[in-house]
Amino acid sequence: MSNKQKILIVDDSEMNRSILADILADKYEIMEAENGVQAVATIQKYGTEISVVLLDMVMPKMDGFGVLEMMNQHNWIDEVPVIMISSESASSYVERAYDMGVTDFISRPFDALIVRRRVINTILLYAKQKKLTSLLADQLLQKEQRSNLMVDILSHIVEFRNGESGMHVIHVRLLTELLLNHLIHSNERYSKMTRADQDMIGMASALHDIGKISIDEKILNKPGRLTDEEFAIMKTHSLIGAQMLAEATPNQDDELIQTAYDICRWHHERWDGSGYPDGLKGDEIPIAAQIVSMADVYDALTSERVYKKAFPHDTAIEMICAGQCGAFNPELINCLLETSETIRRTLASDVVALNHKRASQNAVAEMLRNNETSASERTLRLLEKEREKYKFFAALTKEIQVEFNPDPATLTLSPWGAQKLGLDEIIMNPQDNEQVMAIIGQENWQKLVDMLKKSTPEEPMIKFECKLFYNGELRWHQIIARAIWQQEEEPVFQGAIGKVIDIHDSKQRLAELERKANHDSLTGLLNHASAKKHIVETLEGHPHDKYALSIIDLDHFKMANDTYGHSFGDEVLKIQAQKLKESMRAGDIAARIGGDEFLIFLRYTEEAEPIIKRIFNTLLGRHGDFEFSVSMGVVQTESGEHNYDVLFNHADQALYAAKRSGRGRYCFYSDKLTNTICDNGACKSYITEIESNNPDHLQQDPQDNPPTEDK
Amino acid sequence: MTLEETYAALEGSYADAISRLRSEKLVRKFALKFLNDDSYQLLQDSLAKQDYAEAFRAAHTIKGVCQNLAFDKLGNSSEKLTESLRGGWSEAAAPLVSQVTADYQQTIAALQKLDAE
Repeated sequence: MSNKQKILIVDDSEMNRSILADILADKYEIMEAENGVQAVATIQKYGTEISVVLLDMVMPKMDGFGVLEMMNQHNWIDEVPVIMISSESASSYVERAYDMGVTDFISRPFDALIVRRRVINTILLYAKQKKLTSLLADQLLQKEQRSNLMVDILSHIVEFRNGESGMHVIHVRLLTELLLNHLIHSNERYSKMTRADQDMIGMASALHDIGKISIDEKILNKPGRLTDEEFAIMKTHSLIGAQMLAEATPNQDDELIQTAYDICRWHHERWDGSGYPDGLKGDEIPIAAQIVSMADVYDALTSERVYKKAFPHDTAIEMICAGQCGAFNPELINCLLETSETIRRTLASDVVALNHKRASQNAVAEMLRNNETSASERTLRLLEKEREKYKFFAALTKEIQVEFNPDPATLTLSPWGAQKLGLDEIIMNPQDNEQVMAIIGQENWQKLVDMLKKSTPEEPMIKFECKLFYNGELRWHQIIARAIWQQEEEPVFQGAIGKVIDIHDSKQRLAELERKANHDSLTGLLNHASAKKHIVETLEGHPHDKYALSIIDLDHFKMANDTYGHSFGDEVLKIQAQKLKESMRAGDIAARIGGDEFLIFLRYTEEAEPIIKRIFNTLLGRHGDFEFSVSMGVVQTESGEHNYDVLFNHADQALYAAKRSGRGRYCFYSDKLTNTICDNGACKSYITEIESNNPDHLQQDPQDNPPTEDK
Repeated sequence: MTLEETYAALEGSYADAISRLRSEKLVRKFALKFLNDDSYQLLQDSLAKQDYAEAFRAAHTIKGVCQNLAFDKLGNSSEKLTESLRGGWSEAAAPLVSQVTADYQQTIAALQKLDAE
């Protein structure tokens, strides 16, 4: 981290930049930008860390005036001084530059000494201004803290005299703040009230009972009911309090005094005009007094007093709504009901701690002052440190890291990421940038932006998978991003950070694993489970097409295995599987469903039999001394049956029939088959005659014909 | 050839340059750097492409650099060219382009001699 002040030199000519850099480098840290776009991005990134900008006028992409316009739009010009350097000396240009807020104008050719001097002057001028601003802010803060302190002391004195715990003032203030905050956000009429107004009403609420200082202690602390006379005296406290404020200070225009006056005088008025001292009605009663009045009543009900026990929260709310403590503004009653749960929770929590938190926040400010560092300077230093950290880690990780700012729209890439994608590190208006869109595509970009904007402050993380095109390749990437929300009542989208991970290889590995899980490792055909899944899907997807399902059994395979060994058996399986694969057309399915059992599923338009016959013939042949022969059981969906398990079962029955009638043949399932299959004797001949088809060359040798070693 | 003689050869003002940049070392450094400046190439390229806005910027840059280095001759001709290109192309610009080309070559030739030493 350098302690030198930063100067940003903006000029499209490298020579011009280096001349200026040379003149200034010994005293300042130089940053450079070669066009207006880069300049804006740099100013956005570093903000007031930049002590001065030296700005050229004529530049590509965005000229000097463009930069000034952006700086004006975002109010940067107030905090970052600009010296314009140009050989354009026409007075209209110079005038326009001054109009747009430049501090100084240096025309070319310039004198090194003058450039140095003017830079120093400008920096000094702004530094003084900044120091004054921060001094002023510190003083205001201090003043406000002291006012708060005085109000606290004063109101507590009154309370202790009342024999109360000192909690009443704190409660009333909290309740006032809660009710007021809700009112402002739910009611159009009060939406213009500022944060400062709210704070002031909160502070003034603490003074609502100061008039009680003049009431006799005996009356104040009397256990039991007051007599009419005593009550009349008690009632004077509101007017007395108001008078005290009116006389306390000559500064009657002070808003705090005015608000406190309203509250003191009228916090016992009621909406229907039944209150005291003036019997004001409805909106005649200032809203601040109305709110404090409600807060006062609620806390009185829920606290123990010398003359009464404490009521629980729900009872107190009911009593107020029922008008048992006088009539209130219906809008405020709504507020009370809607914030009821928050009130209960807030007052149940450690209120004293809440109040201390306010104080300790001030203590932090105090500490910072003692370190002779103003809060903003300290923040800047922390920021700088964070940025160094970020840069360090970003350089190490070799990741594509991105940052998106919506206003002005800027995409910033980590140096490694920018190089990887072949993009600039800083891109203005990425949605209009052809290079960016060529990589991600309009549609994906929009989806990504939508996802980010739909995220919430509670769940700001999103994951998005899409294909990115760069280096001539289209590859799968995952984008993990976090939206940044500014925590307001209505969260504001502030941009996003994220990283882009190439998941192409792992996605492919996953696909490969999936493929392996679905396939038989020996033959590469589908396994039974995945074949079934595909078949069910096909049947459901195209129920009107005609399909044939067949189970194929290799005849005498067990014998081949036993005779020639398992590796021979494996060879046979592979050869037959390969033949099946070659017989399949697009959309057909072939699977190995058991040791020597295969399954095929095909669509046909006219008749199934010629196709089955062709496949049957394909599967004949020999390997070494082993002559291939298969039995096939076939079922068609033409009958209307579409349930896989039933179809499979029928095909199995047909296969059984084929085997029973001597193997080396295919057999179609029919209802007759079902009927006859139970009848052992008749079955064989029936099938042979009608349903079983033994191709000619096998019919010559209809007997089981196992291979023998001498053959 | 001394730096001063180089300035004479390119018809610039050595005294002005020294008075502005305050050291001979700096003047020499930046004068030689002009050999690598690509503004002139950009000017020619954009003229060939008839991109006169870009040509204007390039001429403008040459002018600015020359002014700072007190390369008076090239500075003057490029200033004239800049002005004539401000509103786009005109017939009047053609002879100015030739003048800038000639002056640029004269300047470069002088600087190359200086660089060779």
